[in-house]
Amino acid sequence: MSNDSVMTCRNLNIFYGEKQAVFDVDLDILRNKVTAIIGPSGCGKSTLLRSLNRMNDFVPTFSMNGNINFEGNNVLEQDPMVVRTRIGMVFQKPNPFPKTIYNNIIWGPKIHGHKVDYDQLVEESLRSAALWDEVKDRLHDSALDLSGGQQQRLCIARTVAMKPEVILMDEPCSALDPRSTIRIEDLINDLRSDYSIVIVTHNMQQAARVSDYTAFFYEGELIEYGVTDGIFTNPKEKKTEDYITGRFG
Amino acid sequence: MEGFSGRKRKEKIFKIACFGLTFLSVIILIVLLYHIGQAGSKYLSFKFLDSWPSRFPHKAGIKAGIWGTLWLISLTALISVPIGIFSALFLEEYKIPGKLGKFVEINVANLAGVPSIVYGLLGLTIFVRFLGLDRSLLSGALTLSLLILPVIIVSSREAIKSVPDAIRFGAYALGASRYQVVFWHVLPIALPGILTGVILALSRAIGETAPLIIVGALTYISYTPESIMDEFTVLPLQIYNWASRPQEEFHYLAAGGIIVLLGVMLSMNFIAVVIRQKASKKVKI
Repeated sequence: MSNDSVMTCRNLNIFYGEKQAVFDVDLDILRNKVTAIIGPSGCGKSTLLRSLNRMNDFVPTFSMNGNINFEGNNVLEQDPMVVRTRIGMVFQKPNPFPKTIYNNIIWGPKIHGHKVDYDQLVEESLRSAALWDEVKDRLHDSALDLSGGQQQRLCIARTVAMKPEVILMDEPCSALDPRSTIRIEDLINDLRSDYSIVIVTHNMQQAARVSDYTAFFYEGELIEYGVTDGIFTNPKEKKTEDYITGRFG
Repeated sequence: MEGFSGRKRKEKIFKIACFGLTFLSVIILIVLLYHIGQAGSKYLSFKFLDSWPSRFPHKAGIKAGIWGTLWLISLTALISVPIGIFSALFLEEYKIPGKLGKFVEINVANLAGVPSIVYGLLGLTIFVRFLGLDRSLLSGALTLSLLILPVIIVSSREAIKSVPDAIRFGAYALGASRYQVVFWHVLPIALPGILTGVILALSRAIGETAPLIIVGALTYISYTPESIMDEFTVLPLQIYNWASRPQEEFHYLAAGGIIVLLGVMLSMNFIAVVIRQKASKKVKI
């Protein structure tokens, strides 16, 4: 595979207490590409995603070993706060802060003391999340007044405002209606030129629509990883084929 | 299978029972207030509010009690509210791991149920005698703070617990530190709930008599406190004193005192409710 990867996982093992959730995974996340992680429920795909920016640290029984190289450093050995400023995350359910739209965007840069023009940052971020036109007249209204789809795009704008290198998305459309889902998918397409994106999804059509590369997980193991078209039209592994043709999962 | 008419009848009986019981407590309250109002109105006047206690009923007043209560409650709030909120934040957000955490948790919850007279004895031993604070406002306020701290901690923890984790994770995912998450998100969202607990706790403190008798608050005081080291009396203590005298005239004074106590308590609650509503509005935007 091309060596222009932004993150590389090697021999990654993840545990919840005694139970192992992810087994010996080697995975390369490529720069400015969209990588989809698919697989049936409980296959460890979300666990893996949350490990990439150390969000699993909040689970008391969680532990992991191996190596996640991110621009020359091992994520496992870095300060999680530093990791998370450079690797942003969008969650399953929209989770805007109960503040104004404006303050949602600037909160991240503000707490890190970034000296930037906030007005400009807000406009830029909202534009790149395709939300500017809808909210430009009510930036100082509560973010909670937005619809679910708008809230999720606000969360993407909030992530983008930190200017991360990688954006992780954990089933970002699972709480949204089809129309909002399409808007988010279009947005992912646009964001690809500036960010490397990893998206976990249980929706195979979505993976096929938005991603360049697809990784298929089954029971904590990486079964197959490759160009999305290849995985969906000509899978090499029997399990992958069974899953994408809907025989299980 | 039960028929529709049977279920409907049960529904009706249930509704009437709920309504009746709700009304019962309201009626009791009204009767009580009417009774006290009638007895207390005889002495309730500006002069009553502005006079020192006296052994002649028509000269006696409640000025010392009002000032003592205001001083004591303000001081108690200053001591207990910050300690209570920070303890709750520590217990909820930083979480002491393992058995020690469980131990602290259970003990704080149990302390909320300890009879107030026990706190009085503790206050007498530690503050009045050991620390040599004497029968001062400070001793009283520290004792009352001990009494209401568990209530503040328990209710603040509930408020903090009800802040959705999704908000915390959203903030952490932007690279925030625990401190930033707590002070920018958790605390503002939990504040209305925390204030509710604080109001309840202070309302309890304002009516306490037993622990203050033990730490030596006086009933005959003919000056208003000027520092936290002054001796003091409080409204409930003054009321108790009057009510326990044989002469009937003093019972009317006690009823007047109760009206004043209720007035102070209700106006404090009102102020707190206003603050709480302002705070919860701010969070929404």
